[in-house]
Amino acid sequence: MSAILDTHDHEDHDVHHHKETFVTKYIFSQDHKMIAKQYLVTGTIMGVIGVLMSIMFRMQIAWPEEPNVLFEALLGKWAPDGVMDADVYLALVTIHGTIMVFFVLTAGLSGTFSNLLIPLQIGARDMASGFLNMVSYWLFFISCVIMICSLFVEAGPAAAGWTIYPPLSALPMASGGSGLGMTLWLVSMAIFIASSLLGSLNYIVTVINLRTKGMSMTRLPLTIWAFFVTAVIGVVSFPVLLSAALLLIMDRSFGTSFFLSDIFIQGEVLHYQGGSPVLFEHLFWFLGHPEVYIVILPAMGLVSEIMASSSRKPIFGYRAMIASILAIAFLSTIVWGHHMFISGMNPFLGSVFTFTTLLIAIPSAVKAFNWITTLWKGNLQMNPAMLFSIGFVSTFITGGLTGIILGDSALDINVHDTYFVIAHFHLVMGISALYGMFAGIYHWYPKMFGRMLNKNLGYLHFWITAVCAYGVFFPMHFIGMAGLPRRYYTNSNFPLFDDLANTNVIITIFAIIGGIAQIIYLYNFFISMFYGKKAEQNPWKSTTLEWTTPVEHIHGNWPGAIPHVYRWSYDYSKPGHDVDFVPQNVPLMEGEEELQH
Amino acid sequence: MTALLTIIIVLFVAVALWQMVKIFDLAQVGTTNTQVADDHDNKINGYLMIGFLVFIYVITILCFWYIGDLPLLSNAASEHGAEVDNLMIISMVVIFIVQTITQFLLHYFAYKYKGEKGRKALFYADNNTLEFIWTIIPVIVLAGLIIYGLFTWNDIMNVDEDDDPMVIELYAQQFKWTARYSGNDNVLGKANVRLIDIDRANVLGVDEDDPNAQDDVVVSELHLPVGKQVVFKMRSQDVLHSAYMPHFRAQMNCVPGMVTQFAFTPTVTTEEMRQNPDIVEKVQHINELRKDRMAEIEESGQELRYEFDYLLLCNKICGTSHYNMQMKIIVETQEEFDAWMKEQTTFPNSLN
Repeated sequence: MSAILDTHDHEDHDVHHHKETFVTKYIFSQDHKMIAKQYLVTGTIMGVIGVLMSIMFRMQIAWPEEPNVLFEALLGKWAPDGVMDADVYLALVTIHGTIMVFFVLTAGLSGTFSNLLIPLQIGARDMASGFLNMVSYWLFFISCVIMICSLFVEAGPAAAGWTIYPPLSALPMASGGSGLGMTLWLVSMAIFIASSLLGSLNYIVTVINLRTKGMSMTRLPLTIWAFFVTAVIGVVSFPVLLSAALLLIMDRSFGTSFFLSDIFIQGEVLHYQGGSPVLFEHLFWFLGHPEVYIVILPAMGLVSEIMASSSRKPIFGYRAMIASILAIAFLSTIVWGHHMFISGMNPFLGSVFTFTTLLIAIPSAVKAFNWITTLWKGNLQMNPAMLFSIGFVSTFITGGLTGIILGDSALDINVHDTYFVIAHFHLVMGISALYGMFAGIYHWYPKMFGRMLNKNLGYLHFWITAVCAYGVFFPMHFIGMAGLPRRYYTNSNFPLFDDLANTNVIITIFAIIGGIAQIIYLYNFFISMFYGKKAEQNPWKSTTLEWTTPVEHIHGNWPGAIPHVYRWSYDYSKPGHDVDFVPQNVPLMEGEEELQH
Repeated sequence: MTALLTIIIVLFVAVALWQMVKIFDLAQVGTTNTQVADDHDNKINGYLMIGFLVFIYVITILCFWYIGDLPLLSNAASEHGAEVDNLMIISMVVIFIVQTITQFLLHYFAYKYKGEKGRKALFYADNNTLEFIWTIIPVIVLAGLIIYGLFTWNDIMNVDEDDDPMVIELYAQQFKWTARYSGNDNVLGKANVRLIDIDRANVLGVDEDDPNAQDDVVVSELHLPVGKQVVFKMRSQDVLHSAYMPHFRAQMNCVPGMVTQFAFTPTVTTEEMRQNPDIVEKVQHINELRKDRMAEIEESGQELRYEFDYLLLCNKICGTSHYNMQMKIIVETQEEFDAWMKEQTTFPNSLN
């Protein structure tokens, strides 16, 4: 398969001498590297807000209805005398979920690394459309601003859970947050989806069309495979959420009955007839489930790359890794019903979804075993990025295994919507994806900012985070199995759960420490930008093309011609070579066989 | 609370101090420190990996030891519940084994193969046999779990009307449960929210003219005869709710605009369950904990002494008071149930 040559591939094309103003360089930039940084910084800010929210509602769960100075300071009128209001609790869990899933782990993760790495690793001067890329970022930025604005409206932000099931999300009489707050939520998400679609289309087109000479699909680093497939899933499933959001807007504002029927609330019968909330659940999860793979696949790609580079070994089972990415992508679009076993849909459908859901465990298991085998007999360079990668595999296994229980309809009945679910998805997609993101940041920071992150701060950050992540989410499995429902403002009305109160306090303490540990990271991140050790061109001695570009960013990435590619990206410790890595742009030696092709 | 705040402040100060020290480290640009891991880092982090493996095992054991004694998990009070618990335990054992082995391999390899200068890693890119093995093993294990799971699921969800189960309506609204018994004819009268008449106390919107409604009984406390299959027909008048009865391994959403159903057969009366040694121990433990919070509990108007009862909880976010939407369930003998039922007013007589 021959790749298409980049049309900019002329040495006389002096791309980096464009006149750049502050605005075109830092704000309305069309350079993929700058856009990646914009995504990262915006995602980080949203992440800080999301994590802060989680610490607040964890405090409420641990010390229910006790006055708290933090609440008084941050929540103002919603925490009279420092006691958190029940509606605010629901708003916090709702916005925490929305921010973390979409704004941090979708845009922050995929947006950052797809933008940074796709052109650099496939050997392209930039994205296929730099302009669309810029528009994509700024739409994302606008959606962030709207989401933040929704926190300040009179009746509070959306408070119907991040899944915004109607009728709760449709009727302002049912929940204060379902008024203007929900409108802003929907508008923000609609814009977010537009941004995500523009980004995804760009990634797909770039990967298909702009690979450098010799960069066949089977020589691509797994990062690119992951980003590419993620973008495809996004294009397939995000529009469905957009339609759900639009129909919900119609129901809310124009009196249609797509999702509503037979409602009596606050003493009056509403006119809605014939709609079904179950329809909304189908539409929502048709995106909602693939969404978790949109979140986790890029992390998997980053981890695969970092593990190979840091183990000084090829990734084990390169083709099996690609096959499992594709299998996961395909299966991810036909398992959404496992969120709905007890929604009232036909039990036969439940059986079908149990079957497809448990199938997805197979490619996931293959991936986990392949990562572990990649470590075997390696020469592991324990950089912070590698630690986070190992941590990723650990939490992915721990969280993934309980999927066997939740995906099994018969077992889901009793643990559905309990803390067991919270533990499961936070470990398998929340913490894991966050680890993947951290791993990526530690690894590619030199590429983004030309400086190194401090490794000792990185170690401290990893180890505190790793211990706290387990400390928070591992016990949650057990309180979930004891029957404790999620999204309860306080459990004090159920003496049945009194014996779980101490566990909840422990969880909250771990959450607070884990949250504080992120300050170490933020400090490292922002200080190193200016004071960090200057990076070498290829600090980790990796084989991929991004490390052949100069440290200083230039428009067009390579000062001269784009390098050609002669081998796959995993020639680490290849016998017959003196060094333990052979970059992709090094031609095969005489008599050397290429392993994959 | 104060203790916590102190802890936080101390932590903050510690972190701040530590970071002050670090800024010097960061400022020393141009020294030999490349910020790339060296053998020393590899070694320390390799050992820490083993430490972390131990931590994972310890936290697993601690959780099982202190909070893993889940009386609710092993004392299902319904017929199908035993089957669910069985499947749950099998799944847990599978998970436990896989988790223990894979975490060991991961962290042990991370320790064993920590980098050393001059060593070369093994160039090992592929092995079809190995990959086949770890594809096929999950396939076999999962096939077993899927088959068992699907049989159990079908068993639970397929209600055989020939068994003549007792029909009860569960009615959800913000933030309260109501139950409607179908009476001697075992058929519920028709109902729709458009027929709700608050002034006449027809809160469920039952059709007064429907002959089937004449013997219906509307109550706010759920009584169930032991050993008799019950099929719940669920409705909601406003938003989604979920009828969660953890002791019976039962849950189903209540969806406005449609009727959903879930059936089970209670097997243990409330009285019997209160005598169950596991439950006795749990209740005792809870009561000890409650003694420490005496003032707070009395202030909230709850009874200080906790006594075991089955509960119906709302388990789908439904608004402000979602956290307090519950109904007591009492499982009793057929005679006790009949006696209780006799005292209730039928629907037509309950209207104003």
